[in-house]
Amino acid sequence: MAEPSLDTHKSPKIKRNGPSLTLKQSKYLFVYLCLLLPLIFYICIRIAPTLYTFNIGFREWNILSPEKPFVGFDNYVTLANDPIFKKSLWNTVIFIVFGVSGQVLIGLLIALLLQRINKFVGVFRVIYFIPYVTSIVAVSWVFRWLFMNNGIINEFLVNLGIPPQLFLNSPDQAIYIIIGTMIWQGLGFQMVIFLAGLENIPKMFYEAAEVDGANSWNKFKSITLPLLNPTIVFSVVIGSINFIQVSFTQVVNMSVDSAGGPLHSTISIVVYIYQLAFRQYSMGLASAATVILFLFILALTIFQMKVLSKKFDY
Amino acid sequence: MDKKTKSFVVYTLLILGTIIMIFPFVWMVSTSLKSALDVYTLSIIPENPTLENYRRIFLDSLFGKWFLNSIIVATVTTISVVFFDSLVGYIIAKFKFIGKGIIFIAILSTLMVPTEMLIIPWYLMSSEFGWTDSYWGLLFPGLMTGFGVFLMKQFMESIPDDLLDAARIDGLGEFKIFIKVAIPQVWPAISALFIFSFLSNWNAFLWPLIVTDSSSLYTLPVGLSFFASGEFESRWELIMAGATITALPLILVFFLLQKHIIKGITLTGMK
Repeated sequence: MAEPSLDTHKSPKIKRNGPSLTLKQSKYLFVYLCLLLPLIFYICIRIAPTLYTFNIGFREWNILSPEKPFVGFDNYVTLANDPIFKKSLWNTVIFIVFGVSGQVLIGLLIALLLQRINKFVGVFRVIYFIPYVTSIVAVSWVFRWLFMNNGIINEFLVNLGIPPQLFLNSPDQAIYIIIGTMIWQGLGFQMVIFLAGLENIPKMFYEAAEVDGANSWNKFKSITLPLLNPTIVFSVVIGSINFIQVSFTQVVNMSVDSAGGPLHSTISIVVYIYQLAFRQYSMGLASAATVILFLFILALTIFQMKVLSKKFDY
Repeated sequence: MDKKTKSFVVYTLLILGTIIMIFPFVWMVSTSLKSALDVYTLSIIPENPTLENYRRIFLDSLFGKWFLNSIIVATVTTISVVFFDSLVGYIIAKFKFIGKGIIFIAILSTLMVPTEMLIIPWYLMSSEFGWTDSYWGLLFPGLMTGFGVFLMKQFMESIPDDLLDAARIDGLGEFKIFIKVAIPQVWPAISALFIFSFLSNWNAFLWPLIVTDSSSLYTLPVGLSFFASGEFESRWELIMAGATITALPLILVFFLLQKHIIKGITLTGMK
């Protein structure tokens, strides 16, 4: 080690700020001083508000009234009988199922294709990644413009002899256009994760398989897929959380009435929470809905971790 | 299939995908350069390209102000996140002290709570303390993150204790050791955290929408959303000029920091 030789001429410095504090004391002082501000932050801005939300969920409270009477599970019963809430929950499931599977499958496909080529890999990777690093609101409006009744996609369809579609004005199509926009934007992230996962698989496995005469599909099924499993679990979990949270920005900016229309066909749970709290000012109901959202995310994450990491046990 | 056909198919698929990825941007910029008369002519190259739309949105709306607000909010929160998250991560990774376990678990548990669950209390707090419609109101929820602490702790653990002790013997104070010895050791993680934080704060929509009332305090996403759905509805040439201004800065930053960004995502994905 080279350090001891440095010691000899630097050692007097210890004495300069030495006698008042021992090394141990100065460590403790540093630790607690530096943690003070972050701890206040985490307690006041993250932990206390979480507990407060649970509390308000049990109260009937319109923001204008000074009283917040305790009503037990009334808010949860109201939500359970609310068709719009049920619709928003169901839509959130659709967002996750179609969005995440689309993103993971296409992201994996692109990563596999990129692995097979030698030229322009960097260029392709950058192009596929760009949508991820751009403004979500801007992208929402660009897609809204593309899918307008008199927009370019309809013009293209007409040229192919297909009748123009209602797209965002159609209760059947709107949610899938929003999901498509979200897949398009998040694809690059999944691709990068999969490229890294693929790179971590040792080449010798494939070489050995080739000696045994395995074809591409066999190699994919029995080497790539099982060894990529941790990456897939990560992608699905991250993707699901993103789809739940991000679906607010896209839905508000792409739905025809900016409130999850037409006919609540695109409303997500976060959009509905926003409407309950900041349009109807029912803070109690809205808080109960966020508690359900929290439990939903928690259950989903645990379920995915358990199921997906077991499926391809090796 | 022989090798040549195979690689032909692969390249064709990739190029098709490329067109799908790029076309919306091309169409956005193309529309933004068209005059109001040409906007429904569906040619990609505008017949009479004009910058008039850009001039108009800066003169007739507060786009300049929104741009500035976004820069301020994203920069301040990002610097705060990078500083505090790496400091806390470093302390949890490298020091033994009473309460460490509880503190780490408390911070980790905040990761499980979706932001959506906190906005109602944040809003009530902001009204109570007079933080609504102010820069402080826009900033305070984003000043630290649980994700960053977790990420930095993972990386700080890999710094050898000997290195830190050597610095202590050299007489460096604890804070200087953090800045001058620890930080340079985890530079890739720092830049990844910087980029993620900037990106998510630049894109933040729900909270700025709730906490701001006066249009002069909007950030770009909120401003663009109101601009596009309000007075200028269906003026696609103006909306696309606004979208271009909102989208472009991030794309430029991406080209500058491309390698760090992709490496950063890979790193966080693997840890």
